[in-house]
Amino acid sequence: MYEKNGEKYFIVDGHMHWWDASPENWKNKYGEGWIRCFYGYHSALSPEEYVWPFEKYCAYTEEDLMKDVFEDGYVDIAVFLPTYLYDFYHKGFNPTERDAILKEKYPDKFVLNTAWDPRDGEAGLEVLEEKVNRWNIKGCKLYTAEWRGDSKGWDLRDPWSVRYLEKCRDLGVNIIHVHKGPTIWPLNKDAFQVNDIDEVATAFPELTFIVEHCNLPRLEDLCWIAVQESNVWGGLAVVLPFIHLRPRQFAQWLGELLFWVGPDKLTFASDYALWHPKWLVEQFVDFQMPEDMVSEYGELTPDIKRKILGLNLAGLYDLQVPAEVMKQASVTA
Amino acid sequence: MIQEDRVRRALSAVRDPELDEPITDLGFVREFQIEGDSVSVTLHLPTYLCAPNFAFIMAADAKEAVGALEGVGRVQVTLVDHQLSEEINEGLAHGKDFDEIFPSDTEGTGLVELRARFDSKAFIARQQGLYRALIEAGATPDLLSRLTVGQLPDGPDTARYLDRRARLGIDTSEAAPFLVNADGTPIPEEELDRHMLFARMVSVTIEGNASFCRGLLATRYGLEPTAEVRT
Repeated sequence: MYEKNGEKYFIVDGHMHWWDASPENWKNKYGEGWIRCFYGYHSALSPEEYVWPFEKYCAYTEEDLMKDVFEDGYVDIAVFLPTYLYDFYHKGFNPTERDAILKEKYPDKFVLNTAWDPRDGEAGLEVLEEKVNRWNIKGCKLYTAEWRGDSKGWDLRDPWSVRYLEKCRDLGVNIIHVHKGPTIWPLNKDAFQVNDIDEVATAFPELTFIVEHCNLPRLEDLCWIAVQESNVWGGLAVVLPFIHLRPRQFAQWLGELLFWVGPDKLTFASDYALWHPKWLVEQFVDFQMPEDMVSEYGELTPDIKRKILGLNLAGLYDLQVPAEVMKQASVTA
Repeated sequence: MIQEDRVRRALSAVRDPELDEPITDLGFVREFQIEGDSVSVTLHLPTYLCAPNFAFIMAADAKEAVGALEGVGRVQVTLVDHQLSEEINEGLAHGKDFDEIFPSDTEGTGLVELRARFDSKAFIARQQGLYRALIEAGATPDLLSRLTVGQLPDGPDTARYLDRRARLGIDTSEAAPFLVNADGTPIPEEELDRHMLFARMVSVTIEGNASFCRGLLATRYGLEPTAEVRT
């Protein structure tokens, strides 16, 4: 929990990882390219004192994670979003099984999600069910741009995707985190198009689709569908870190998201170890809409921040929020 | 003899389709070399994973722009440090189009639709920028909804707007209405507010992405971020 000026915030980190991108795990040049790209994001947007050496970034330890996220980073509960990438990494990048090690060791600290890929067909459906039952999973992460052999990605409307979504619905896996791009099939179309989310969100009203990174670099496409589909949300990973070096730009992005998507459908996320939650939480709680933008976007109140930082995801994942936080929320809401 | 200036000017006419800025301003041109009647251009991008279709568009447009210069015989464009560098470079060297380079990963419609989509977004953003500037200068929405192209004030914002408008094939004659959709149809007055709100978001996105890309490029190659100049 985080407290500032008497305001209390329950923190749910909606998107984090425990990856292994050590050189021994690189299967090919793509494994190295992937983590170097992540490292570019990390170094370009983090405050200087939070930038790690590349070697540590490739493979941080359990101790690093527990200290950064929970001891220093104010996070109450963190949501693991696995990313497989078996074509790039021998043992995968951040598979469910690896995250499960920490989930089993610290059951109250983590929400464990899994992932699926429609290209796994019938066999993958069984694996999904096994994992869901084994760890009592409520959500999953989909990465539509994942390479697999000659295939450079997939679409949520594919017949097999629909089979998996039906399976999720039947199993009670109602929270679908989707990361679009940047190389989705077909390669000649915009790599970040969200038409497929639009269609499946209509077809599956029981499911909530959290569009990770708010579909950056296509914020406007997310906003467009989130206005029409009440079950399409935006995850703020990658959007938030702009708060440090580009506060005005962050203010504009957030202002647009609040206007179109709304304060009840936006979720905090560090994308750890892309960024450290400590400075994100501190800066976000301190953040005010610049004076000249208030007339366009409105004030950023503690209540809006409370929702984004934790209450929205707590509601979705049915997490228990401390009474002292709820009290403030209900008094001022 | 091919002058450096001419090559640089030709490259500055090539835009990142998404960010709507010249690749030279964005810092994507690492270097170019002139040898006799041959020009070789090296491009680099902010990340290893930048969208391959945009990477190809910029590389292909650079090749075409330099190749169109008088006195240039051979042009070689090389994209470095990208996940699909090899495929794209080899394809460009053999004059292949995008679908021919990635036959099994494309849907056979080429990049026409993608280009049109981003040309439209750039148009909407430029129109919004001009609209906003005029409002800030004291104009009312009511007045602007009746304004014609001929009544627009002279200036760089207007020039930018009309340039993009012409590229989309929308009427730029003096009597044509200023405010139109990307398909050239007029925006009904009752839809103007909503249209401009959405257009504002398109602008915010483009500006934000351009600044992010500059930061990533600078970090990747240890450069000073290139200045943000609107041209």
